[in-house]
Amino acid sequence: MTDSALGTRHIPTQGSEPELVQLLTPEGQRVEHPTYSLQISDDELRGLYRDLVLVRRVDAEATALQRQGELGIWASLLGQEAAQVGSGRAMAEDDYAFPTYREHGVAWCRGIDPLNLLGLFRGVNHGGWDPDEKNFHLYTIVIGAQTLHATGYAMGMQKDGAESAVIAYFGDGATSQGDVNEAFIYASVFNAPVVFFCQNNQWAISEPIEKQTRIPLYQRAMGFGFPGVRVDGNDVLAVLAVTRAALQKAREGSGPTLIEAYTYRMGAHTTSDDPTRYRLTHELESWKLKDPIERVKAYLVRTGKADQAYFDALEREADGLAAHVRRGCLEMPDPDPLSIFDHVYAERHPLLEEEREQFAAYLETFDAVDAHDAGDR
Amino acid sequence: MTGTLSSARTVSFRDALREALHEEMEADESVILLGEDVGRYGGAYAVSRGLLERFGERRVIDTPMSEALIVGAALGAAMVGARPVAEIMYMDFVTLAMDNLVNQAAKVHYMFGGQFNAPLVVRVQQGTGRGAGSQHSQSLEGWFAHVPGLKVVAPSTPADAKGLLKAAIRDNDPVLFIEHKGLYPRKGAAAEVDHVVPLGVADVKRTGTDVTIVTWSNHVHIALEAAERLSADGVSVEVVDMRCLAPLDMTTVLDSAGSTRRVLVLHEACRTGGLGAEIAATVGEQLFGELAAPVRRLTAPDVVLPAHTELERTLIPDVEDVVLAVRDLLSS
Ligand SMILES: Cc1ncc(C[n+]2csc(CCOP(=O)(O)OP(=O)(O)O)c2C)c(N)n1
Ligand SMILES: [Mg+2]
Repeated sequence: MTDSALGTRHIPTQGSEPELVQLLTPEGQRVEHPTYSLQISDDELRGLYRDLVLVRRVDAEATALQRQGELGIWASLLGQEAAQVGSGRAMAEDDYAFPTYREHGVAWCRGIDPLNLLGLFRGVNHGGWDPDEKNFHLYTIVIGAQTLHATGYAMGMQKDGAESAVIAYFGDGATSQGDVNEAFIYASVFNAPVVFFCQNNQWAISEPIEKQTRIPLYQRAMGFGFPGVRVDGNDVLAVLAVTRAALQKAREGSGPTLIEAYTYRMGAHTTSDDPTRYRLTHELESWKLKDPIERVKAYLVRTGKADQAYFDALEREADGLAAHVRRGCLEMPDPDPLSIFDHVYAERHPLLEEEREQFAAYLETFDAVDAHDAGDR
Repeated sequence: MTGTLSSARTVSFRDALREALHEEMEADESVILLGEDVGRYGGAYAVSRGLLERFGERRVIDTPMSEALIVGAALGAAMVGARPVAEIMYMDFVTLAMDNLVNQAAKVHYMFGGQFNAPLVVRVQQGTGRGAGSQHSQSLEGWFAHVPGLKVVAPSTPADAKGLLKAAIRDNDPVLFIEHKGLYPRKGAAAEVDHVVPLGVADVKRTGTDVTIVTWSNHVHIALEAAERLSADGVSVEVVDMRCLAPLDMTTVLDSAGSTRRVLVLHEACRTGGLGAEIAATVGEQLFGELAAPVRRLTAPDVVLPAHTELERTLIPDVEDVVLAVRDLLSS
C-alpha cells in the first residue's frame, strides 16, 4: 500500500504531547528528571547494554528459524528491548511477572533460557520453565486475561504478608478489553501491590493506537484512582527508574501504578503479518532514530565507559547465544503423542483414560503399518 | 436452493464470502461490518479486503480491541435497524462476548415479547490445521447450537458459504456464522448474485446406498474423499452436509439414514457433548428398529488441542480414519 493511501495518523494527545520520563535521549545524552533519578554503575550500565543486544539477537534468530519452518510462529520484540529489559531488571528477586506472548526480553532478565520460549513457539512443549522458581508466569495469549491473574496474585501476596510486588504486562490494544479495566478497578479498590506495565507500541496488529483511545493511555489511571506515568519506552534507564519506583511503592503498600512505556513495534505483529499493508514507511524510519540500543551504545562510546574490545566480545557472545538457540531448537524432541492426555485434568478422569487407551491402540496401528512398509523395502 | 451457480467460474471460499458481503452491502445500506482489523487490514483472514475502500469508514468499522464491544454494539445497532456483520478473529475469543451473544442477542426477540429483532451475524473462524494451539483451534459450534434463539451456520463450499452468508444477513435472528480456517483457500463453483441458500436445510453432497456420513464444515471434504476411496472397493457412501447446525435439518438425515441403515456422524470438535451426540440420539430415537448397526461417532478425543501440527493432525479424524470407521460399520 502506498503511504498516501494510508492517510494521516492522528495520535491521541491532550493539549500538547505529554512529557515522557526520559533519562537518556535518542542521541545518547544523559539527562536528569526531577522525579526519577538513577544512580547506576558502569558495570550495571554495560550489563543493561549486554541484555539489550542479546535479546535482540535471540529475537532475530527466532524470526529466522520461523522463516525456515522451524517455529510455528514468532512474535518479535524488535524495538521494545528497552521497555522489557528496563522493567525486567527493575524487578526484585521475589517480584513476580505476568507476561503476554512478546515478553522475551523480560524472560531473559528472569534467567529463562530462550530455548524454553522457542519450545512453546515450536509447539513441542509448554515452555518448561518453573514459574515458581523464575517468578515469571507462562505466556498468556488471549489478550488481557493476565492482568486479572496478576491482580489476584498480588492480592494473594498481600494476604500472605509478602513484601513483594507483581508486574503485569500488556499492550496498547489490550487496554480496550474489559478484563484489563476490571483489573484496574480491583487492584485500585484493594490497593493491590501490582504494577500495570503497558507497552504502547502504537499498534494492535493493523490497528493504530487512535482506534483504542482518545487520551494518552497513562492518563486513564487517574480515573481508576491510582497514578499513571508515561516513560520513554526506548530509554532503558528511564524505564528502569520508573518501574523500580512503582514496584517499590507497591511493595510498601501504596497500591498500583500504570506505566505506559511509549515505544514502537519495529517488526511485524507476528511472523504471520505483513505490516507494509497498513502502516507508513516514514513512521518506521522516524522510530529508527529512537532505537533503544543505539542510544546506549552512543553514550557508552562517548563517555568511554566501553571500548571496542568490549563491543567485540559482546558480538562474539551474541554469536554464541544465537548458535545455542539454533542448535537447541533443531534438537528439541517432538512430544510423545500420548502426552496429550497427561494434563487435561489434574485428577483421574475415567473417560480420558479410556480415550487414552483407544488412542494408544490407534497409534500402534501406525507402528504396524510402518513395520510393514519397512519390510517391503 | 434458489439462485444460480456458475459453471464457468470458480472461486475460493474466502472470495465467495467477500462476494456475499459486497453484494449485500450494495443491496442494503443497513448492512455494516465491524471487528478487529476488518477495515484497513481487510480481516485477519482477508475476507473483508477491499470493502473499506469501497464502502468507507462509516460502514466498515475497525473497532477497539474488545469482543464484548463488537458483539454488544452489533446487537445494539441491530435492534434499531442495522444489519451488522461482526467478525470475531477466532472462535476461541467469542468467549469474551458470551454474555452479549448468549444472554442478550439470543433472548432479545423473546424477552421483548417479539417487539425487537436482533438481525446480526457474528462471523467466526475456527478449527485445526495450522498448529495454532489450545486457544486458537477449538471447534465450539456445539455450545451455540444448544442455545435457543441462536442460529448456527457452518458451510463447506464456496457456493454454500456465499448463499448462506447472504441468507444469514437477511435473516431476522442472530446467526453465528462459522468459517473453518482450512477452508479459506479452497476453490469451488462460484455462485451468482441471486444465490441464497435458506438456513436450516442440509445438502446431500454425494448420494450412496450403503452408509450415510453426517458431517459439516471442513469435514465434508474429508468425508467426500473417503467416499471416493471406498467406492473403488464397491462401497457406496452418502454424504450429508448439514450446513446449518441450528436449526438442524433432521429430515434430510433421517431420510438418508432410513435408506442406508448405517450412520456415521463425523466432526472435528471433541466428542463429549458435541453435536454428533444430538444427531446420533435423534437417529436412534426415530429409527431404532430399522438400523442395521448402532450409529457411530467419529470425532477428536476430549483433549486440549496442541500447537504441534503433527500431533494435532493425529488427533483429528482424517480420510483414513473415516474409511476404517465406515468399514467397521459395514462389518457390524
Ligand atoms: C481476546 C483476544 N482477542 C483477539 C486476539 C487476537 N490478537 C492477538 S494479538 C492482538 C493485538 C494485540 O495488540 P496489543 O495489545 O497492542 O499488543 P501487541 O501485540 O502490540 O504487543 C490481537 C487482536 C487475542 N489474542 N485475544
Ligand atoms: Mg500494541
